[in-house]
Amino acid sequence: MSKDIWKEKFSKLKERDINFSNLSKIKINPLYTPDDNKDFDYEKDLNYPGEYPYTRGVQPTMYRGRLWTMRQFSGFGTPKDTNNRYKYLLKHGQTGLSVAFDFPTLYGKDSDDPLAQGEVGKCGVAIDTLRDMEILFDGIPLEKISTSMTINPPAAMLLAMYIVVGEKQGVPKEVLTGTIQNDMLKEYQAQKTWIYPPEPSMRIITDILKYCSENVPKWNTISISGYHIREAGSTALQELAFTLANGYTYIDYGIKAGLPVDTFAPRLSFFFNSHLDFFEEIAKYRAARRIWAKLMKDKYHAQNPKSYLVRFHTQTAGCSLTAQQPENNIIRTAFQGLAAVLGGTQSLHTNSMDETYALPTEKAVKIALRTQQLIAYETGAANTIDPLGGSYYVEALTDKLEKLTFEYFDKIETLGGVVPAIEKGFFQREISRSAYEYQKSLEKKEKFHIGVNLFNEEEKNIDIELLKIPEEVEIDQKKSLKKVKKERNNSKVKETLIKLREAAENGENLMPRILDCVREYSTLGEMCGTLKEVFGVYKEPIIF
Amino acid sequence: MEKKIRILIGKPGLDGHDRGAKVIAAALRDAGFEVIYTGLHQLSESIVEAAIQEDVDIIGLSILSGAHMTIFPKIIDLLKQKNAEHIIVIGGGIIPEEDIKKLIQMGVKRIFTPGAPTNEIVDYINSIIH
Amino acid sequence: MELLQRFLKGEKPAIARVITKIENGTDPKLLEDIFPHTGKAYYIGITGPPGAGKSSLVNAIVPKLLENNKKVGIIAVDPTSPFSGGALLGDRIRMNDLALNENVFIRSMATRGSLGGLATKTKDVALVLDAADMDYILIETVGVGQVELDIAQVCDTTVVVLVPESGDAIQAMKAGILEVADILVVNKGDRTGADRLILEMKFAFELRVHNTGWHYPILKTTAIENIGIDELVSTIKSHREYLEKSGELEIGRKKKLVIRVNELIEERIKTHLHDYVIDQKQLKKMIDKAYDRKITPHYITDEIAKKIF
Ligand SMILES: Nc1nc2c(ncn2[C@@H]2O[C@H](COP(=O)(O)OP(=O)(O)O)[C@@H](O)[C@H]2O)c(=O)[nH]1
Ligand SMILES: [Mg+2]
Repeated sequence: MSKDIWKEKFSKLKERDINFSNLSKIKINPLYTPDDNKDFDYEKDLNYPGEYPYTRGVQPTMYRGRLWTMRQFSGFGTPKDTNNRYKYLLKHGQTGLSVAFDFPTLYGKDSDDPLAQGEVGKCGVAIDTLRDMEILFDGIPLEKISTSMTINPPAAMLLAMYIVVGEKQGVPKEVLTGTIQNDMLKEYQAQKTWIYPPEPSMRIITDILKYCSENVPKWNTISISGYHIREAGSTALQELAFTLANGYTYIDYGIKAGLPVDTFAPRLSFFFNSHLDFFEEIAKYRAARRIWAKLMKDKYHAQNPKSYLVRFHTQTAGCSLTAQQPENNIIRTAFQGLAAVLGGTQSLHTNSMDETYALPTEKAVKIALRTQQLIAYETGAANTIDPLGGSYYVEALTDKLEKLTFEYFDKIETLGGVVPAIEKGFFQREISRSAYEYQKSLEKKEKFHIGVNLFNEEEKNIDIELLKIPEEVEIDQKKSLKKVKKERNNSKVKETLIKLREAAENGENLMPRILDCVREYSTLGEMCGTLKEVFGVYKEPIIF
Repeated sequence: MEKKIRILIGKPGLDGHDRGAKVIAAALRDAGFEVIYTGLHQLSESIVEAAIQEDVDIIGLSILSGAHMTIFPKIIDLLKQKNAEHIIVIGGGIIPEEDIKKLIQMGVKRIFTPGAPTNEIVDYINSIIH
Repeated sequence: MELLQRFLKGEKPAIARVITKIENGTDPKLLEDIFPHTGKAYYIGITGPPGAGKSSLVNAIVPKLLENNKKVGIIAVDPTSPFSGGALLGDRIRMNDLALNENVFIRSMATRGSLGGLATKTKDVALVLDAADMDYILIETVGVGQVELDIAQVCDTTVVVLVPESGDAIQAMKAGILEVADILVVNKGDRTGADRLILEMKFAFELRVHNTGWHYPILKTTAIENIGIDELVSTIKSHREYLEKSGELEIGRKKKLVIRVNELIEERIKTHLHDYVIDQKQLKKMIDKAYDRKITPHYITDEIAKKIF
């Protein structure tokens, strides 16, 4: 009744002349009312935190019990440089470590590889052998911290190094906690750090799943990542749909490899982006929890409730930051961090304002960390669970994203599943198109980015301090690699690499063989090179 | 037939962030240029060889990995060695002001930093080729 | 002439520049200069629907063709956008293994308005590579999903590449395929459906004989794993041998020259008509009348023809 009166009044008044839609191009109504949640059933659609379908959160207490883990991603230069940064962060109240590796490491190449030149230690820390890992965690007790490692094709090798460092510190692998990203599907779709073709990559991943479920039970074996899909230009909806589709694909492969779903599903975690559109992001996290739980229960018949949970890490959107007026990035990051918290994240990385230029300086990192501490201790956002639950708008948006996600699942299914769809370039094309459309909509001023296409200022030299990686880092790292190669037992190295090759050929679990190689100080490049000989290399499809 | 501007868009080095490179490539196509895209993870040598065989007017490199001070000089050097200095080198990426100055001195014609609108790049190319 | 000398010495930048000039039509004399140096290379065409693996096959067969210090020139054609006139040329991505080989020259071409599988200038660009002393010239067509007749008008051996997914389309294209193909390849042999497609094709094609007397071989390949490549290359070579021994190579090449001359005549007549015969202003007036249904297009044609005949 009175809604009609409002509608009448509204239609007579003038709206601002912009396109009211979010970043997934979902049209946004001027007002949401109970009419938008007509079929709403509290227990079925939301229920209580810690209860199926977990829309409101994965634990009963959420932040009333414990705040999220404040985990700043960092790493640069030599292992010694990064070790110092970690000690600094732990001293300032950070509660978990998150290792950023440099590009050669991410790509399984040694620091002396021709393609690595100029990139050693630049965007992360360089790791060539176990020796580097020993230095990286020197003086950091592995039983007291949890460590997240952003590493994909060589994930098995880095995990093996971490396990051996633990052994040397006297920490048994059964108590180690942490995460390896180990999510190859999104690499083919978005991040493009690959070595082998998809099928052998999936085999390595299932080997890790199996090994860890038996030997490193507290380790999170895959961090199914939407973050990079988003950074590559996708919409929030695509991030949500593709990430979950990837997740189910890991489940499929695990089951195919003979693992009962409840032995490995509880160790899968997620990693999402937090972008500019505040409410859409919150709805995205809520929808993710609900969708995942539903299919894990109804389709995969998991019994252990832990298999239903989307536990996730969030990083604020690097691609939303601007080089122009960089101080504004502090504010953007604060909103994005708040969205992640209102969405119920388990851990959070807040970006530093200078990240569009270089790796962050200590000062910028501290501001970024303080941003989350502010959200935690000053805003009151952590006082109650899922504060936006029941908001007409947020619930309608959550429903909408869920519905559209299932539409994407159907499309992927039609293409034969995630791996065939990658081979056909489906995801890559979808993401490229969104990226291009977003760029165009900025240029046409349909969407705004302050400092870029709105309220821009005459470009002047930026006056923030930047972290520079000196050229000596590469020289030093190559020197220390040379030293390790000289001092190790090279015939043992050869022997363990041959065993690794055999395992790759005959289908035996690769993890124990990789551990043997690592103990003998084989380099990352040697191990990945050996597997490359057996598995071949991936070539990117041509997609624009 | 009129002359078409030909541009090679390359991603040297190891970073896989081709979002920018692909957006630029598509925008340049839409502006009427012929764009040769060489894909990810390219050695500087392959990029220069491709640029020569394709007889491009411009090489555009996207580098986000921080390796710009290694890769740009190498490309410029290889072009010199192969008598192909006529090919103009431009770039884009996360490159601090003081490095940009150095790169320009070495012979890189122009560096676009993140956020540069695609039409600015198109206009720039038209202005230097015609 | 300095460019020509450097070209004849085999300098890659000079080859590249000559191609550009030919492609842009800015130096018609150049073709005359190089033509006497052509006729030595063997032309191989690779055609088939988009995504069939044409570029991947090129990447796989070229190393075999390079044996015994042979040189290979590759032309990869991609479509020009009809809206902007620009093009995105990405075939090199698949051919990265070849990029640094001394004896390989790769050139990407945009169709620039041509509707077939080749650009209007592809034939001339192939001549440039021929004159540049290449032993083999490989031409990869656009792959528009239909039969691309023009490729067979340039190449001595044309390979038609199909994939399991293109099964349905084959029935429709059957006649056309046989018109262009000398060798039929089912690529993506690792995919389900490959063997079935081979069977279907054997059923449809095997008893047919090419008008040169050649029987169509049907081969299976998996380009990305290098499977079936040796056989493909040896089949190309035996086709060549067959053509040479039977005299069909000469016959075919002369036929191609006839086609080429006809094309050029048509082109010449068209330009002549446009530039010298047809009064564009007058034509526009007549078109306006035709639009108002006062005269017919046929009448206009007669009026123009009167000036010639
Ligand atoms: N499974 C499989 N994929 C292939 C094979 N050959 C090519 N591809 C893939 O098919 C896609 C298209 O290949 P491309 O050579 O670019 O095809 P073109 O468009 O015909 O040139 C690429 O992703 C290739 O990796 C093959 O034999 N088997
Ligand atoms: Mg191709």
